[in-house]
Amino acid sequence: MKKLFVFIILIALASMLYPLLDTFHGNDKLSELAQFYAQKDNVTKVNSQNLVTAVVVTYRGLDTLGEVTILFLAAAIIAFFLKTESEKRTLRKNSEIFKTAAKMLVPIITMVGIYIFINGHLTPGGGFQGGAVIASGVILMLLAFPNMEFSHKFFESLESVSGLVYVGLAALGAIIGLGFLDNAILPLGKFGELFSAGAIPVIYSFVGLKVGAELSNILNKFKSVQAEN
Amino acid sequence: MDFKIISALLGIIMLAMSVIAIYHKKMIVAVIATGAVGLFASIMYLFLAAPDVAMTEAAIGSGLSTIIFFYVLNRIRSNDKEGRESDEIDEVIK
Repeated sequence: MKKLFVFIILIALASMLYPLLDTFHGNDKLSELAQFYAQKDNVTKVNSQNLVTAVVVTYRGLDTLGEVTILFLAAAIIAFFLKTESEKRTLRKNSEIFKTAAKMLVPIITMVGIYIFINGHLTPGGGFQGGAVIASGVILMLLAFPNMEFSHKFFESLESVSGLVYVGLAALGAIIGLGFLDNAILPLGKFGELFSAGAIPVIYSFVGLKVGAELSNILNKFKSVQAEN
Repeated sequence: MDFKIISALLGIIMLAMSVIAIYHKKMIVAVIATGAVGLFASIMYLFLAAPDVAMTEAAIGSGLSTIIFFYVLNRIRSNDKEGRESDEIDEVIK
């Protein structure tokens, strides 16, 4: 009986999804919305080489603000439920090869992360990607040296300051620019250079710092709960 | 044509990894298979001309979330050893 129901549901799903496969054909030109973003006027208005970043930070900047808020909420809830206690236990020693490799790799990984979010308006990537890469460097450090203590205060203040600067810059766009998250509050510069696209690289750098600090805090919380056992 | 073959291969590998992640009895193997799904998905995103999504997927999908799964697994196990709720957890896992 149960199997019959599963079978019926499978058939229903298949008949729902089959038209998608049947009518699928690739696009040979941009969709209407993409054409609006890619037209010459709008490209010169934001002056960003990577148009995806321009869309994410200015046109759809409110979405990015929402994503950052969701990540902040997740970090806050994890910090609330996983309480850290100062009880310590002696952990298994890691091998010398792993420790040395971690010491060598962590600065390089952090530098790649910073590169990704500083060049967010020129090359693919941006704040979220750079922050995630930085957090993966932090987790390598946490795995290699489990007894090392991270400064909670530093990460928390970095996160709060970055969030405040992000919202502050966005509000500044509404006050002196054309609207909330307008990027023309700073000089637009020359197309394709590091100091171009107005406020986009500044905003994205702070988003990157915020995301990196939040993810590192989450991972650190998980680690410290391990040590409590 | 080459692109189609490569994406079909990637899709098959991803499906196989997902099946392993669901049905394997050892949790560690299942967690690693989940990470592998993320890794191959990030290659797929790269082929589909979305390098920024590929970066996110590689760092979060196959890096951070796998490690968080391992932390949680370790925590559940050490609860197991104390004998608390071990039967219930076994039932949930099965």
